[in-house]
Amino acid sequence: MTGNRNPIIDVLLKLHIAICVIFIFAPILGSFVFSLNSDRFPSLPLGQFSTEWYRLIWEDPFVWAGFYNTVIVGFVVAMIATLLGFGGAYTDFRYNFFGKNIYLALALLPPTIPVVIMGLAMLAFLSRVNLSGSTISVIIAHGVMCSPFAMAIIRLRLSQMDPDLEAAAWNLGGNEWATLRHVIIPFTKPAILAALFITMAVSFDEFAVAWFVSGLNETLPVKILGFLQGQVSPRINAIGSLAFVSSITLIILAQILLRNSSKEKS
Amino acid sequence: MNIHTDMKSDAIVKLDGVVKKFGEFTAVERADFEIGRGEFLAIMGSSGCGKTTTLRMLAGLEDPTEGDIWLDGERVNGKATWDRDTPMVWQSLALFPFLTVQENVEFSLRMRGVSKFERTERARKWLDKMQILEFADRNISQLSGGQRQRVALARALVTEPKILLLDEPLSALDAHLKVRMQAVLSNLQKDLGITFVYVTHSMSEAFSMADRVVIMSRGKIEQIGTPQEIYHAPRNRFVAEFLGSANIFSGRLAGTSGDDWLIDTDHGRFAVSALHAPAKSPGDAVTFMVSAENMRISPEGSGVPGIRARVVGEEFVGATAIVFLETEAGEELKVQKSHGELASVDLHPGSTLILHWESENCHVLPGE
Repeated sequence: MTGNRNPIIDVLLKLHIAICVIFIFAPILGSFVFSLNSDRFPSLPLGQFSTEWYRLIWEDPFVWAGFYNTVIVGFVVAMIATLLGFGGAYTDFRYNFFGKNIYLALALLPPTIPVVIMGLAMLAFLSRVNLSGSTISVIIAHGVMCSPFAMAIIRLRLSQMDPDLEAAAWNLGGNEWATLRHVIIPFTKPAILAALFITMAVSFDEFAVAWFVSGLNETLPVKILGFLQGQVSPRINAIGSLAFVSSITLIILAQILLRNSSKEKS
Repeated sequence: MNIHTDMKSDAIVKLDGVVKKFGEFTAVERADFEIGRGEFLAIMGSSGCGKTTTLRMLAGLEDPTEGDIWLDGERVNGKATWDRDTPMVWQSLALFPFLTVQENVEFSLRMRGVSKFERTERARKWLDKMQILEFADRNISQLSGGQRQRVALARALVTEPKILLLDEPLSALDAHLKVRMQAVLSNLQKDLGITFVYVTHSMSEAFSMADRVVIMSRGKIEQIGTPQEIYHAPRNRFVAEFLGSANIFSGRLAGTSGDDWLIDTDHGRFAVSALHAPAKSPGDAVTFMVSAENMRISPEGSGVPGIRARVVGEEFVGATAIVFLETEAGEELKVQKSHGELASVDLHPGSTLILHWESENCHVLPGE
């Protein structure tokens, strides 16, 4: 097979991947390197190795408040979005009804809406029902944005299920609830966990909508903007590096879960 | 039109005018039959004939559109599958991949709230009976096809039901394993003495295991009877053709000669045994069949009266061969004989032979 490969295409493909990786990771790597640099300004040559900026953010109650909000929002959003996503995916798997395609299109729509529009619309709506400017507003907005991701992941897993499995469980004496609990949920468990991690990561990183609706209860990404507007400080590099590490950890965990589950599929 | 033969008075299942429609499509046109206690019944037909729908109605996975289903004296229309004890062995086996072998077998006991201790006990008993106790803690993915089959059987039988439904359970196995599993199923059914309802498209499976066979086509029941009855006395052209080894002739009743009927066909006048034939009067259309192994061959020019036909080809079937021939009118005929019997005739494609048979080997199709 290797004999048929065109060396020029081979080189171009490798170049393509290299460029992609560089453009995605070089800025992140730069930010990480400068977060450990003692100089005040990110410039070359580098100064001395220092954990000073990490110490500063560790001691900053302002950062802690943002982090706290982010974590609360992330956890609650992961739960809500995964529950909604599971419901949507299971409805699609189990039932056929008039207008199902429209239902699916609507359920999967939110990620395709520009976030600024989404944020603005959320703000307009939530302030009208007196829910804007609080942690709950961010949870609602992020719940809407994240549940399609959860639904897509769980739907994929359900599509790998032998459709006879559910009927077999009914036939063996399990009613619909028991079957949901003992067959559907165990089968989709890897996808459910993956959906929890991914929706949490999406919520962690989401800025625009949170900026619109969070009011005084800012999440970390919104706080970072505040930092940038006030003063350029290497502390931003430190926060950014930490945020990146936590998000990428969640994503990698989700990927591992999904890979193992599709491997064990009989 | 009476298509019931050998009705069991002690029936565990009774289908009374059962019709199943999916929208405009009629999957089962009108099923009226009974299944006896301890009977091995096979429902046979090609795909889409309604056999699986019939089975799913017995399981409670589909509800009949019309008619009643009686299970052990109780009308079960509308009764959910989880409230019946009608376990099914699925074509895909539908074993739970996230559970171990033993947990799979315990499943229906767990759904019925049986205690952990008793569950283990009963599951292990069935695993032992199916000779797969050593795999109790394995995952399903670690088992071979035959072992999975046994897990599926143990899982279905662990509640000790009165009836077991099987939906083409052997279709995924290779030929060698299939024959072995057929023996396992046959013996199991005799040992347990429970009713098996076995859906298949394979004649060899149905005829080798079942006490009675139901033949379905396009939602209709074509014939019900023992394998011998169906094989020797198919009711109509569909069944005769489905069995595959019949030569079918149509003609008109011209008169009688002793116990035989005289029938005028395109090939001339034949005497046909009218033993099982329905009442007909001269001039009525009659269809009869002669099975391939009852056909006789003589060389052309031997002076024997019969049908002249040209050899088209030959198929080797173990100790016998099936010779395919074509009449001058283009009708296909087949003859099945041992290789010894065929040695004396010229079987080269294109050579002409005379086909003939005894009148007592003819069977009038009563349903035509």
